[in-house]
Amino acid sequence: METKGSMANRPDNTAFTQQRLPAWQPILSAGIVIPGFTFIGLAFIGIGVALFVTSQNIKVLERDYTGNSDDSSCGPCIDPAKIGCKCEVNFNFSQLFEGPVFFYYALNNYYQNYRSYGVSLDPNQLVGDTKYFLSPDSSCSPYKNNSNAVPIVPCGSIANSMFNDSFTLYQIVNGQKILVPFDRKGIAWWTDYNIKYSNPAFVNGSFAKAFAGTTQPINWPKPVYELDPNDQANNGFLNQDFLVWMRRAALPNFRKLYGRITGGDFANGLPAGNYTLEINYNYPVKSFGGTKSVVFTNVSWMGGKNQFLGIAYLVIGSLCVVMAVVMLIVYAKYKFPDDDTA
Amino acid sequence: MLRWIRQQLGFDPPHQSDTRTVYIANRFPQHGHYIPQRFADNRIISSKYTIWNFIPKNLFEQFRRIANFYFLIIFLVQLMIDTPTSPVTSGLPLFFVITVTAIKQGYEDWLRHKADNEVNGAPVFVVRSGSLVQTRSKNIRVGDIVRVAKDETFPADLVLLSSDRAEGTCHITTASLDGETNLKTHYAVPETAVSQSVSRLESLQAVVECQQPEPDLYRFVGRITVTQYGEEIVRPLGPENLLLRGARLKNTKEIFGVAVYTGMESKMALNYKCKSQKRSAVEKSMNTFLIIYLVILLFEAVLSTILKYAWQAENKWDEPFYNKKTETERNSSKILRFISDFLAFLVLYNFIIPISLYVTVEMQKFLGSFFIGLDLDLYHEESDQRAQVNTSDLNEELGQVEYVFTDKTGTLTENEMQFRECSINGMKYQEINSKLVPEGMTEDVPDASSFSRLSREEELFLKAVSLCHTVQISYDQTDGVSDPFSHANGFTSQMEYYASSPDEKALVEATKRMGVAFTGINGETMEITTFGKSEKYKLLHVLEFDANRRRMSVILQTPSGEKVLFTKGAESSVLPYTKSGEIEKTRVHVDEFALKGLRTLVVAYRLFSADEYKEVERRIYEARTALQQREERLSEAFNFIEKDLQLLGATGVEDKLQEKVQETIEALRLAGIKVWVLTGDKHETAVSVSLSCGHFHRTMNILELVQQKSDHECAEQLRRLARRIKEDHVIQHGLVVDGASLSLALREHEKLFMEVCKNCSAVLCCRMAPLQKAKVVRLLKTSPEKPITLAVGDGANDVSMIQEAHVGIGIMGKEGRQAVRNSDYAIARFKFLSKLLLVHGHFYYIRIATLVQYFFYKNVCFITPQFLYQFFCLFSQQTLYDSVYLTLYNICFTSLPILVYSLFEQLVHPHILQSKPALYRDISKNSLLSFKTFLYWTFLGFCHAFVFFFGCYILMGEDTSLMGNGQMFGNWTFGTLVFTVMVITVTLKLALETHFWTWMNHFVTWGSIAFYFIFSLFYGGIIWPFLHTQDMYFVFVQLLSSGSAWFAIIIIVITCLFPDIIKKVFYRHVQPTSTQKSQNIEGYEGVACMDSVCCFPGGRGVCGFLERLKRANRSWSDSDPFSSNDRSVLTLSPVEVSHC
Repeated sequence: METKGSMANRPDNTAFTQQRLPAWQPILSAGIVIPGFTFIGLAFIGIGVALFVTSQNIKVLERDYTGNSDDSSCGPCIDPAKIGCKCEVNFNFSQLFEGPVFFYYALNNYYQNYRSYGVSLDPNQLVGDTKYFLSPDSSCSPYKNNSNAVPIVPCGSIANSMFNDSFTLYQIVNGQKILVPFDRKGIAWWTDYNIKYSNPAFVNGSFAKAFAGTTQPINWPKPVYELDPNDQANNGFLNQDFLVWMRRAALPNFRKLYGRITGGDFANGLPAGNYTLEINYNYPVKSFGGTKSVVFTNVSWMGGKNQFLGIAYLVIGSLCVVMAVVMLIVYAKYKFPDDDTA
Repeated sequence: MLRWIRQQLGFDPPHQSDTRTVYIANRFPQHGHYIPQRFADNRIISSKYTIWNFIPKNLFEQFRRIANFYFLIIFLVQLMIDTPTSPVTSGLPLFFVITVTAIKQGYEDWLRHKADNEVNGAPVFVVRSGSLVQTRSKNIRVGDIVRVAKDETFPADLVLLSSDRAEGTCHITTASLDGETNLKTHYAVPETAVSQSVSRLESLQAVVECQQPEPDLYRFVGRITVTQYGEEIVRPLGPENLLLRGARLKNTKEIFGVAVYTGMESKMALNYKCKSQKRSAVEKSMNTFLIIYLVILLFEAVLSTILKYAWQAENKWDEPFYNKKTETERNSSKILRFISDFLAFLVLYNFIIPISLYVTVEMQKFLGSFFIGLDLDLYHEESDQRAQVNTSDLNEELGQVEYVFTDKTGTLTENEMQFRECSINGMKYQEINSKLVPEGMTEDVPDASSFSRLSREEELFLKAVSLCHTVQISYDQTDGVSDPFSHANGFTSQMEYYASSPDEKALVEATKRMGVAFTGINGETMEITTFGKSEKYKLLHVLEFDANRRRMSVILQTPSGEKVLFTKGAESSVLPYTKSGEIEKTRVHVDEFALKGLRTLVVAYRLFSADEYKEVERRIYEARTALQQREERLSEAFNFIEKDLQLLGATGVEDKLQEKVQETIEALRLAGIKVWVLTGDKHETAVSVSLSCGHFHRTMNILELVQQKSDHECAEQLRRLARRIKEDHVIQHGLVVDGASLSLALREHEKLFMEVCKNCSAVLCCRMAPLQKAKVVRLLKTSPEKPITLAVGDGANDVSMIQEAHVGIGIMGKEGRQAVRNSDYAIARFKFLSKLLLVHGHFYYIRIATLVQYFFYKNVCFITPQFLYQFFCLFSQQTLYDSVYLTLYNICFTSLPILVYSLFEQLVHPHILQSKPALYRDISKNSLLSFKTFLYWTFLGFCHAFVFFFGCYILMGEDTSLMGNGQMFGNWTFGTLVFTVMVITVTLKLALETHFWTWMNHFVTWGSIAFYFIFSLFYGGIIWPFLHTQDMYFVFVQLLSSGSAWFAIIIIVITCLFPDIIKKVFYRHVQPTSTQKSQNIEGYEGVACMDSVCCFPGGRGVCGFLERLKRANRSWSDSDPFSSNDRSVLTLSPVEVSHC
């Protein structure tokens, strides 16, 4: 740089200082947008058709079993006073319900996204830190201690309100009930099961002793260490139903995965025929006007049946094409407005 | 003693009396009656902070800002009550904003400290204990004797004790104080003037008593008591004895002075005012928008609170079995709960107020202003000066200017007077090759004969011109200063004239070239060299110039002993007093000169007889020594003397126009900017300069409001003018007003006057006083339309106008730095104004306007989904996004693209902006920040937010699994999906607005999105030990593992941007703004790189078309549209008006 005395103040002549950096200067004109829109529109229509067809191929069977109407066998069970009520839901398939079939329970009008509900848990308990078993986080109240001031594990509203209906599915073949087994493994997120939650270590060879001095959530019939006494891998905080419940739903109508039907004769799906679903009706929803239902569905790579994406792609795709045509007309009419450079 | 300690500790206020007593060289009297006084030291402090008070003071300053204070309150609320978000979410951004601002302000203050240290640490020589000691400027104490050498500035206010001249005088220039460049003579009292050496000073016993410091530069009252031979001599001191800090010693080898006012008490420092904070129009709109958003925020919070209670009136929603309340919650008072709910909602939605807006704007302005200083096109090579930004707060205001007020002399012109023509004894002469040639004669007159052919009148005229002035001479070589006459022979190279009036300087220089050189003034003798022959004149009296007489005279004794008076002045104030000479012819010539734009002076003389002179002498003496009404008596005496004159002739001096003034004014006019010229010059000169610089066109109808004497008359004339404008609105009008008429018009008929002015495309105000200039600016500024005004000037007389206007621009001219220092921007030449406004102003405005709008937009996008989510969670204040996302949205994920955009965006190529000034109209009237545009952006923000939210809602709300393994997502996944869509959309929306993609834009735009993904993966990929909950663990990965989510992100983003693209394209084609049109031109020029198309045989047709287009554009941009007073260019502007 030759900064001679008299030119000492001369600014550097670089692209940066002179604001002359090489730059791409795109202009949104019809010339670019029309082909662009046509291309995007056609692509979207294509994607939309594919998504729509995929979604259409997914079968869903949803049955409400709240028992609001008398014709349902669950009608009597709606009374919260009835404990241990059982009812059943019957349905039939005229053709094979291709597998793997996923079985969900669904709750409506249930606000798992309520803020004070959402924070009502002690994450330290849930990683098995026994220090926090005896003094749960204050955010758990009013489910921090029971009426005898014994600390609750797992404390808080979420755990306390865990869904506790259970389902058994039978196929009726010639009047005989054949059990359709649910695969209850892997219904929770892998990371939740393997990393985020963990059980406390055994004390003196006993899992239950790790929870000494604590009590079960008020609404629970049994303590957390007896959620699945048969399978220690599904017991305690690592119980898959528990994990599924602890992942709060975003919206007031939600489904939660209960199990998959993958076993034995039903690996290919549920064959045509009559089925009955036996329900242990425990969970009260009447008080807040909620409903419960069960859902059988199969899934594609994109998840469950979801018309929205296909339709959205089709609509936006067609709009793109339509707008491209409209713009072409406008473009032709106002041909080259750039000609008059006044 | 006790009292002294108390004073030192600052308990007692320092001794306050009306005067201060300064013991020279701090030789305090031996006797006990002396009370020590405390004076400020000689440190100049312009910095705001010290290391110790920086943090508290800066914090205080920052929290006085309403936005910062607001976030502080939110933060405190979060700390106090149970709120949905952690205090970190607003605390961290606030901390970030405060830190960035503090760093910036700290840096600026550090620069000020550095500048202060440089000044305070400058070496000075002080007489201490009998010898000359070099010390630092800050160590000067009151009472120190300071030595200042030639061309040095005075380090404190000094009372002159002695100079190297025997008579104890020195010359100084006060250019940096008041902009006056002439040499001023200051005096020492005779008793001290003899103390010319350190040793003699050592024995000097003297005390200065003077008033306490005050800012008036021209007032100083004091006395000095010198003790000589045991006897006290008291002498009065006045401003002529005081050397002000900041002034510069000229023409004198060295002086000694005693410091009387030091540091912050010096007159210069007292005159240093904090510049009034100018706020730009953008900032004002920004504040309005903030208030609107505050209202939206309050509305949303109130609505949510009310709805919450409406909803929860039913017990099943208030307290379903799965979500029981605690006892304390149940028992707390309803009002308290209501308030805390309201506050919680306020906290939840508080991000709708863009926290980082101010800091981004500040950074943008700070960094962006470098581009002005760095612009080569604004660099003036001859003077090696680049543009200077004093206030970066006003960058965008440069794009909003509607009125330009410009000074004439030194701003439009070079302020470099050039003698052009003269009229001697009724004959016109021109200067050709340093020879005085009568008009009509060619320059090939034989040289040798030139002096002998000078007639008596010519010689007398030249002598008069070379004697009748107050010019001082400075010699470059210092050696012989004490005897200027020794240079009589070799004067040409070393001599430099200093004059308060550039006209006088030009005239003296001209006579020197023509052979009659003024070579020196020494005391009472003036010497001129006439063709090598030296003549000495005794200077008897100087009758100084004053604005009322508008002439000045000298009375001299010629070498032959005659007493003669030479007068020069404005023709209107000299011609009436002449009794002989070619009066009529000269008058005609003067008018001709004025028409050519020359500044004219008339020269006359009078010979006194001995008796006459005696009378003159007597009258002057009486007047000068009068104690009462001295000025009146003086002017009376002068009037008596300056009469019965014999006319010698007249001079015409040209003030050269600066380069490209005409083009610049024309460009400004095409840009829709009205240019007003405010000048102190006379009417005719001003009009002719106005014409020659293109301010007035030949085709313009020029209206005049001059020489109005009465109120009534003035109103009448104004009404007449208004009528004329109405009758004839096709042609452009120009208005000429003079100072006197203006003050009449402003006094009573402001409205009428404004009416006339607004309909004139050019206004010229002549004979303006500095304060009047500011008044005119204020008048326009406060008129109902509140136009943005810009004032350009170069001299101290323009300072008031520069400070008054919205944007003040200083021209780095010859009249000192006063204007530059008080300006917001300083440029070297008037022509740079067009690039400064049309290009820089345009860019800055677009950048900052988009920045402001975008900030509001992105925060609406950010927080509205949160608001909508409340409808689906029973208004329980559940946050949609994780706290970390809430915190980082504004400071990480979306901050850089907009900053880079706002630094580099160029909507149109600078050359096009400059060559098509009309584009400036596209952004006039703050159009990009109009309420309509603001609503559009806000509306867009809401629309986008609805699309994000409901798009995701429908996707997830169908209750189906989005994963191939049938597992379900939770609420955090939902929020993250909305957030992801939002970050991408908001970034791409800015990408749509960006027209100028440098690598940096690419880097930050795509980088921001990439950063969001990488950050989210990282944030969700680790169990964070210090976080209470691990809500976000693997949420993001799970989201991305779902194909549906990807498809949803794509479709929602496209849906958001799709209408915007359509709108842009339609507007571009159906109703293009001229800015957009010129972008297209550029686009076609860009086609050049597609030349290869032409290789295809089929592409020939297209190529031909492109070629033609390119050629058309090129010829259009090459041909200079302002090269002449081309009618086509002129007629273009009304068309433009109708178009816009």
